[in-house]
This record gives sequence, C-alpha cells and structure tokens, in this order.
Amino acid sequence: METRVIGKSVARKEGREKVTGRARYVDDLSFPGMLHGVTVRSPAARGRIRAIHFEGEIPWHEFTIVTARDIPGKNCIALLIEDQPCLAAEFVNHSEEAIVLLAHHDKYLLEEARRAVRIEIEPLPAIFSIEDSLARKEIIWGQDNIFKSFHVEKGDVDGACTGAAFVVEGTYETGAQEQLYIEPQGMIAQVSEAEGVTVWGSLQCPHYVHKALMILFGLPRERIRVVQTETGGGFGGKEEYPSMIAAHAALLARKSGQPVKIIYDRAEDMVATTKRHPSRTRHRTAVDLDGKLLAMDIDFTVDGGAYETLSPVVLSRGTIHAAGPYACPNVRIRSRAVATNAPPHGAFRGFGAPQSVFALERHLDRVAEAVGIAPDELRRRNFIREGQMLAVGQVVKEKVDMNGLMRRAFELSGFHVKRKQFAAENADGRGAVKKGIGFASFLHGAGFTGSGEEYLASEVAMEAIADGTVHILAGSTEMGQGTNTIFAQIAAEAMRLDCEQIKIVQPDTAYVPNSGPTVASRTAMIVGKLVETAGLGLLKLLTDGGFLQPGYTAADFSRACGEYVAKHGPLKSFVKYEHPRDLHWDDQKYSGDAYGAYAWAVYVAEVSVDMRTAEVLVNDFVAVQEVGKVINPVLAAGQIEGGVAQGIGFALYENVVWQEGRMVNAQMTNYVMPTSVDLPAIRVYFEEVPYGRGPAGAKGIGELPLDGTAPAIANAIAHATGVDVRRIPITAESLLEMLEPVHA
Amino acid sequence: MPERARKIRVSCVVNGEAASFEAYPMARLLDVLREELKLTGTKEGCGEGECGACSIEMDGALVNSCLVPALQAQGAKIRTIEGLAIGGSLHAVQQAFISHGGAQCGICTPGMILAAVNLLARYPQPEGTQIREGLSGNLCRCTGYMKIFESVLAAVRQGETRA
Repeated sequence: METRVIGKSVARKEGREKVTGRARYVDDLSFPGMLHGVTVRSPAARGRIRAIHFEGEIPWHEFTIVTARDIPGKNCIALLIEDQPCLAAEFVNHSEEAIVLLAHHDKYLLEEARRAVRIEIEPLPAIFSIEDSLARKEIIWGQDNIFKSFHVEKGDVDGACTGAAFVVEGTYETGAQEQLYIEPQGMIAQVSEAEGVTVWGSLQCPHYVHKALMILFGLPRERIRVVQTETGGGFGGKEEYPSMIAAHAALLARKSGQPVKIIYDRAEDMVATTKRHPSRTRHRTAVDLDGKLLAMDIDFTVDGGAYETLSPVVLSRGTIHAAGPYACPNVRIRSRAVATNAPPHGAFRGFGAPQSVFALERHLDRVAEAVGIAPDELRRRNFIREGQMLAVGQVVKEKVDMNGLMRRAFELSGFHVKRKQFAAENADGRGAVKKGIGFASFLHGAGFTGSGEEYLASEVAMEAIADGTVHILAGSTEMGQGTNTIFAQIAAEAMRLDCEQIKIVQPDTAYVPNSGPTVASRTAMIVGKLVETAGLGLLKLLTDGGFLQPGYTAADFSRACGEYVAKHGPLKSFVKYEHPRDLHWDDQKYSGDAYGAYAWAVYVAEVSVDMRTAEVLVNDFVAVQEVGKVINPVLAAGQIEGGVAQGIGFALYENVVWQEGRMVNAQMTNYVMPTSVDLPAIRVYFEEVPYGRGPAGAKGIGELPLDGTAPAIANAIAHATGVDVRRIPITAESLLEMLEPVHA
Repeated sequence: MPERARKIRVSCVVNGEAASFEAYPMARLLDVLREELKLTGTKEGCGEGECGACSIEMDGALVNSCLVPALQAQGAKIRTIEGLAIGGSLHAVQQAFISHGGAQCGICTPGMILAAVNLLARYPQPEGTQIREGLSGNLCRCTGYMKIFESVLAAVRQGETRA
C-alpha cells in the first residue's frame, strides 16, 4: 500500500519545545500565591496510629495542615476498588504511607517542618514476602491476603505428565524494578467555589485522576478538571500514583484557599511510589523424546504490596503471557496476586508479562538441555502457527512466523557460529572472560485484555476549524513515546493532509473525551484507529455536503472547512470504540480472544562475563519483531531501543534493596540504571505484516521489548558460565555467589 | 527558631547577558536559575549530581547545577539550554536531536544537549567511545541512548557544530 506519511520518520511534534527547554513540565509552572506541599509518611510498615505530634521550633500557625479528617468525600484513591486510603487515618499498612500533609510558601521551612512532625505508631506484625503472605503468617488484606487469582485449564495436564519422556521443573524469581522516569512525580492543584477542583500534572491517565478526585471530594464530574502537563517519562509509573499526589495537592489547596504544588524529590519518588511487582514462577513441563511440548503446568505469583491498586490486571497480563508463543495441548496456569506490607507495586511497562516471560524463556532453555537438543530447536518444534490455539484458548488468526523471526535474528547476530565458537573458547578454561549468546522468543498482546476494551469504550473527537487546522481531542497522553506525532501521522494519512495541519489538543478532562488510559500498548493500535476513523468521518461530512471533491489539495481542504463552518457551524466528528464481533472472551473461564493482536519477537543477547569479578557486559543485542505496519521508523526503533535498555537494567543492574518493606537504596547513586557506557549497540529490526484492524495496519509495540530482553541475557549468561540462572537482577554480587559452586 | 543564613547578591553572565540575583550562599544554582531567573529549561532529576538533567556550562565546563552553590556563580559565565539557539535558529545539535529521535520525553534533553555541545567543543570529530563517555554523566530512561549517539554524529556530519 502506498502511503504518504505513514512509515515516514516525521519529526516529533513537540520536538522543538523539548530541545530548546521551552516545553513546560509541571515543576516549570508557577501560580500567583502558590504554596508548596509536602507529605509526612509512616515510619512503620504496619501499625496503629496513636498520635501525631507537631514539634520543634516551627511557626505551625503559618502552615496549612491536612489529615484524613479534612477529606470532604470518601477517604480513598479510587481505582479498581476503594481499599487504598488517601491519608491513613487509624492504621498504616506499609512504610511511607501518607498520613499528614503540610503546605507553606517557603519550601526550605516546609522541609524543616516535615522533619518536625513525629508520628507515634503502635507496631503490628508485618509480612514482606510472597511465602509469608501465602502461608498467611498474618492476614493483612481481606480474608486470605489474595487480591486476585486466576485458573486457566486446557486439556489434561496431570495425565500428560504421567507418561512423558521428560518432566522438567523449576522456580524463577524477578525483583522489583523502579520506573525511574527522569522527571519525578508532581502536581499543582487549585480549588475554588466557582471552578471546583483543578489539577495540572505529570501523568499518564487524566481520567483515572478525574475519577479518584470525584470520589475523594464527593463532587460531580463537571466540578473536577485534570490537565496533563508535559510529562517526562512514565513507563507505567505515572498510571495510578498521580491520583494520590493530585488528591494531596487538592486537599491542601482546598484548605489553604491557595494553589498548592507538590513535587517529589527523587528519594521520595523512589520510596513511596509504585514499582514493578516482584514475582515467583514455578514451572513443571512435560515433553516427549523429540522435545514436543505435552504439558505446561505454571504457578505464577506476584507481590502486590499493601493495597490492591492494579495488581489484578497486572496478574492477568502476566498469566496470559506465561505460556508464550507456543502450541501445547495441555496447559494449566494458576496465578495469584498477594498482599504484603510493602508500598503497593504497580504498573510498569510490560505489566506482569516481563516476569512470567522471564521464567518461561529461562525454563525452556533448561527443558532443551534435559531433552538434549538445542534451545532453538526446542522452540522451533513448538512455535505457535496460524490456526493453532494459545494457552488461553485463543486461535491465532493473524499470520505468524516465529521461525522466520528467529532465522532473521540468528543471521543478524551470528547466533549459530557464536554459540559454537564461544562454547569451544569457554571450554578451554584458561580465559578470565567467558562469552555467551542466548535468546528469547515471545509475544505481547496489544490493548486491554479480554473484554477490557469493550468496557472502556474509548472515545475520540476531532474538529476542523475554519482555516483547515484539524484538532484531535483525546485523553491519550504524550510522555515521550510519540503519541502526538503518530496521531498526527495517522490523521494526515487518512485525510490526505500534511502533519503540520494536525494539532493535538492538550489532554484536559474539561475538553477531551476519554480515550482510555495511555497504557497497555494500546495508544497506536486502539486509539490510533479511532483517530483514523474520526478523520474519515470529518472528510465524509465535507464530501457528502459537496464542500470537497476527490483529488483535493490541502488548500482545497482548508477552503472547504471554511465554507462548512460558515454554513453549518462547528465541523466535528466523534468516534466510539466498537469491539470486533468475532473477538470473544469469557471472563469466568478466563478463556478466549485475549487480545485483538499480538506483536511477535525474537531477541538475541551476546554477553561476556569476567569470571574474577562476575561483571557482565552485554556486547551485542539484536531485536527482531513483527509489529504490523510501522507508523514512524525513528520513533518505533526508539521505543524498542529504550525498552531493551530498561530490560538490560531489569536483568543486570536494577536491584531494589528492601528492609522491613522499605526501599533503602532510594537514590540514583545506589539504584543503578544503565548509562551510555553500559549498553551495547541495540540493533532493531522490524517485520511488517499489516494488521487489518490497526490504523494503517499498525499494532502496539510499547511494552514488547521489556518481555524478552532479560531472559535473552540470562540465557546468554547461562551459556557463558554454566550457571543455572533462576533469578534477576543478576548483579555481580549474586552471580559471584552462583559462580563459586561451578568452580568448586 | 534558629537564625537563618543571610542572602547575598551574586552577579554573573547568563547566556551572554549580565544577571544579578539575591540568594542564600548555599542555595543551589539550579534553583536560582529556575526560580530567580525563570530559566526553567534546566531540569532536576535527582538532586545529587547523578542524572545530569540539570547540566549547564559554567566557564566552559559542564557542571551539575544541583551541586553548585549560588555563591560560586559570582563572576561566572553560564550557559543554559535557553542560550543555545541564536535568534530563531537552532544549534546543529538541537536540530539533530529533533530529526534523529534524540529526544523522547524531553526531560533529560536540555542537559544531554549541553553535554553533547560541550563534548563537541572538546572533540569536534568524536569517536564512538568518546561520545559514550562524554555523555555518561547524563542519564536517559527513554531512548537507550542509541538515537542520542546518532543525533550527535549527525550534528558532526553537518559540520557546523559551533562551540
């Protein structure tokens, strides 16, 4: 298909503002009379609040002080349910839980004041591990510490295991990971009788914040307004927590009668906000003599922290991705999200899938070893093909060619040659540095799971003004991933206009419809399709009305808009998501068409391991994926490269150190993310098989790279060292411990 | 209440123009730039000199403005991101960051671009390792750095990397 702007690396819409420093992030805004706000948090992981003391030589009368008693509506941050308080009133359930809010115009004095608030807590026994939570050492949430559980069952797993040639078992773990967007979280709020509650801030999902504030303030929707400011990265970390900060700033603004700004510093952002769920996965896999999968029995558990937040949804995605892109007749997946007294874990790019995919792809290398065949041969014999059924009962209707992706990834990385060469060199035993090469093959579903998109029923509006400028109105946010640019490209392509003629309206709940949260690799594929349809709708109004003829130019379009507006008034179109009728999902059985489309990928990592220091370097990384039509090659490659870099961090460097449920390395100096000297060349290749329901054929790609990077690296380390890696991050310290028995 | 430090007057040159402000001697230059001089292009990412989002040039050297006390700015020549484009014309590095995907969320971008400009002043034809090392004090969570390296190389190719 010939395209004009789709498939072209159109420059980022807001690029000029960003490179000149003119882009306005929340901390760059200042309002007259604005106060600063801070949060006083729980020093204990679990307990009863006995007293709050305001001590020190602080002029307390100058401060606005807010506690749970100042909440006009319901004391909760409403999300899926309403279990998480906005401010702890009687009990605290995790360290750093918010209890008191302070505001003052002098932020230096404010910091002194924060330290002078002493919170007296009568401690209660707390639990900090998946094991203790499952063992119900203490019941800290609901009846049984379980936020959510799933059970997927296909065929006869136990029967298939009984007669199998090989049954391979293993347990795998992943650690928490901090999103580490470089712009810390922040909000500004203003509250008045006349205008209600308005917040401006760094966020992914304006309508999540909107809903939370309605319930907190007990106000109708038109009295709450949420505006997204330029957002310096999110990666899931600004999906749910911004509701909390918005609520805090708004409570202080309401009590003080002045605008209030809350900006977290890095340490507060790291100790208090969400992280990727730590996980534990157990596999029991039956294969025949040829390595054909007979049964997969998977037990997947994530640590949700103290409140439910998004854990059920994270668990859902992790569960569905747990069996990977393979055809297996008998599958059982049991999964659960459990409560611990850690701050709630939350959304992070990949959303449960990086955890379960790590376990599976590491496990399959071990299965291949048990069978005595190459790891790629094992995959090849089991890859899903068109017309076959995935674990959750979804028949793959798209064209899928995992073998082809693997072939290309292996050619580009020199996999086969290096696999042999490294093994020979490593066997020599004299070298201090050993090399390895490993891979992972995986899929990632785009959009909300199952019936999720149907329930969301996203909406997009479009308006062309008299001069021919087309405005796209959606709640979808730009946070670096390229929403503004690809929306403009999709609309421009559909309407045969130039990207410059398309304007993206700043997400503001007072003006834009709810196009759903900017998460789940759904913005390009789901919302982008709505943008395309809305654009075609506008065109139809013009052509049906006789204002525009086929073969029009941009100038013709502008003139037609002017004439239409003069005659009929505003030229608008409005589109609502309609779920494809042939996609079926059963929420009870947890079975059916889990996603409209999947991206498919094979990633190859080459590593070297210094056997004296256990330092791992990734020397080369090849990422091959099929993502439908690529809308913007530079932006798309940027998404994959950035995701792989985060995946390398997840695999090797990013280690959250916990003490009594509190992150103790909450600094960029001791929580280490990859720098420009830590990364290999990340080589990205796309296969493009247009997806019929995506805009111009596009599928979602945002989360994909987080799934396969860590297992590819872990498999490469296993190849280099012989260490049976079961847990990430594989820090030098942890690898050194694992290397010792190998050497002994 | 304990007695608080007194503010001092500091005079310096910022982006080619004389500037003067009152600040506590140990106030962070970052805050002074953002709050007193309203130059909000300089960003705070960590506040401890690790991420480089607050990078500026001070007397030709790249520094983390979150670690520089205001009193040290006395008499200094400072350049921030706002001083890079001349008139409406972008610096070659800025232009390259737009066309080669060097900026995503944009929060590290001002510091990263100043680090790149500073690098190119020292190494007009940098090798790959010089680029990697020259930018290693500036963290980016979005790009995986690949498009940033490409942007710097593109700026070099354009051959008009004025210091």
